[in-house]
Amino acid sequence: MTDARLRHLLSVSDLCAESATGLLDAAEAFLEVSRRPVRKVPTLRGKTVINCFFEASTRTRTSFELAGKRLSADVVNVSASSSSTTKGETLRDTVKTLDAMHADVIVVRHGASGAPAYVAERTRASVVNAGDGTHEHPTQALLDAFTIRRTKGRIAGLKVAILGDIAHSRVARSNALLLPMLGAEVCVAGPRTLLPHDSAALGVRSYDRVEPALEGADVVMMLRIQRERQGVSLLPSLREYARQFGLSAQRLERAAPDAIVMHPGPMNRGVEIADDVADGPRSVVLAQVEAGVAVRMAVLYQCSQDPDERES
Amino acid sequence: MTEPELLVLRGGRVFDPALELDAIADVVIERGRLTHVGAGAGSGLAPSARVRVVDVTGHWLLPAFVDLHAHLREPGQEYKEDIASGLGAAAAGGYAHVCVMPNTRPVNDTRAVTELMRARAAEVGGPTLHPIAAITVGQRGQDLTEMGELREAGAVGVSDDGVCVMNAQVMRRALEYAKTFDLVVIQHAEDHDLTAGAQMHEGAVSARLGLGGWPRVAEDVIVARDVLLAEYVGARYHVAHVSTLGAVRILREAKSRGLPVTAEVTPHHLLLTDAAVIGYDTACKVNPPLREAADLAALRAALADGTIDAIATDHAPHSSLEKDCEFAEASPGMMGLEPCFALLLGLVGQEGITLTRLVDAMSTRPARIAGIEPPRLKVGALAELTVVDPAALWTPAHSALASKARNTPFLEHELRGRIRATFARGQLVLDRLGSAG
Repeated sequence: MTDARLRHLLSVSDLCAESATGLLDAAEAFLEVSRRPVRKVPTLRGKTVINCFFEASTRTRTSFELAGKRLSADVVNVSASSSSTTKGETLRDTVKTLDAMHADVIVVRHGASGAPAYVAERTRASVVNAGDGTHEHPTQALLDAFTIRRTKGRIAGLKVAILGDIAHSRVARSNALLLPMLGAEVCVAGPRTLLPHDSAALGVRSYDRVEPALEGADVVMMLRIQRERQGVSLLPSLREYARQFGLSAQRLERAAPDAIVMHPGPMNRGVEIADDVADGPRSVVLAQVEAGVAVRMAVLYQCSQDPDERES
Repeated sequence: MTEPELLVLRGGRVFDPALELDAIADVVIERGRLTHVGAGAGSGLAPSARVRVVDVTGHWLLPAFVDLHAHLREPGQEYKEDIASGLGAAAAGGYAHVCVMPNTRPVNDTRAVTELMRARAAEVGGPTLHPIAAITVGQRGQDLTEMGELREAGAVGVSDDGVCVMNAQVMRRALEYAKTFDLVVIQHAEDHDLTAGAQMHEGAVSARLGLGGWPRVAEDVIVARDVLLAEYVGARYHVAHVSTLGAVRILREAKSRGLPVTAEVTPHHLLLTDAAVIGYDTACKVNPPLREAADLAALRAALADGTIDAIATDHAPHSSLEKDCEFAEASPGMMGLEPCFALLLGLVGQEGITLTRLVDAMSTRPARIAGIEPPRLKVGALAELTVVDPAALWTPAHSALASKARNTPFLEHELRGRIRATFARGQLVLDRLGSAG
């Protein structure tokens, strides 16, 4: 069995098409749990999940917390500053401490790329990357794939355009790995200042204007523009960005007539996405949020096998 | 135990390309100087209380090495390394001379710090320490240091190592002023505006790992600018740890016009690429960062043809506090003195790199750049030589390094080429020889 167990989920590259599809299938069953009057199953009773968030996050942390609780795991949230200098404790010591408490799964959100991999090397627990710096956010990509599959009925053969700050986006990186693995044709687009210098590095096509990327797209995935990118010679202004690169109803007309619009949230309305598009009939933003809990239930389930049961 | 007055190294390969010497010969060292070099020169001497005879058949006797670029962390960060442990590492690596960078705490920008380092080294013994003083006060890139006095106190060059002199006017004045005192100006070539937030080389690997990129062009623009400035004011200029193919191209062009421009390269930039960072290995976080295969090829070709004059270790010891952490939090740097020769011996015979060029790049050329009398294997010379067993396998083991630090990706990797002995200042500062066989 290659797809039923996951030692860690640090990057989409820890998955293959088969194991990713297995996670999406499991999430279907867990979605149904969330829609019941009693939203709880005993699957992970007696297991301990520690949500270790070194970076502020409301939606991802809540999503992981609900996922653990709906599986009956004991869930603890730890919030800490990313910087070891202000925190007074090194990440090494934090990991050792959590490990000594016999966590089964440690969910890590951290501002430094590679921090979950660092944690994984130093604990017996399974580690799930809940977003690390500008590296990856694999559960976001899984919930995006899940949402696409439910709304479009398939992933293979779809044309997906990811638009915005590609260079700094962990969501873009994870999706650029996962969606092609599942058969989609992915391209990215954004101003050149927000694309990787080596545009081929992510393995997908890239454009410096959004229009060619939108042409005939089945899925339009918007990324959040961080306000702090303004004025450091990356963006002249948010106003300029909205006019040149934002997703307006007019620009969206270039996409396929039945295209869906996604956003990992939180949205900057009027910047990367116009209000009427965000709330329009093509928007599946809230379906993504619902899918987030189901997908994370599937990930926690597959990561919380007893170490003895794990294949090495 | 009293030192024998006479040491005979019998039957080794005596190799000093500057003397066009490559012969199986005996070397006799008496009271710190070479008194005989030649076949059978030591044959009449039998071991006794005052004569030590060592059979070094199969070993090479080379002019001792000279490092242009090391960080020994004293004063100020002795938990990482100090002058005693750092010079111990140098001796273990075959070095008779080590030039140390000024980024200590406090910065070496005054006579007091320069003298303290030299006094400490004299107490310790071992290889000779040569301070490189800062170009600007506090390495802040603004006011020139008192280079005349620093020269008198023993500084052999100036550098704001780790910090690039960004202001072109300050750099011009530094080149002009240092020339008066015949101090080489050593630049850490990095346009800091282009590398804000950088964690590794900017390329496909950094894009995938989500780590901030340090683009090649940040080195190239500074090297190009400085070559123009040095040419304009007619001063010597030395580039520290060259890492890019672009910088190599600029240097080659400058040398082809006869400009007094020199450069060094580190073992890690000759051997590793940015792919080594995959997995977020902080031991491979260095500044300038590990580049790509094309840079590696350009650096090796430049070493082979002399465009890059010298090999420098950029020995940068760190403790686990600085390295066992998130990649973004880790300090850049790799220790390098002890394994340097063994790491590079493997390159001999590849891409035009000869043993002659390797020895030249590790000894004679760096000595000339720093204004140090180059070690020579000739009668009458001070004993500054390194005995190498080129076939011996050894492992830079966690438990057996002279340095306090362990931050190298080559830790526990088996290497070929073992330093058996180092003579510095006429003294035997590393002795793994045993006695006559």
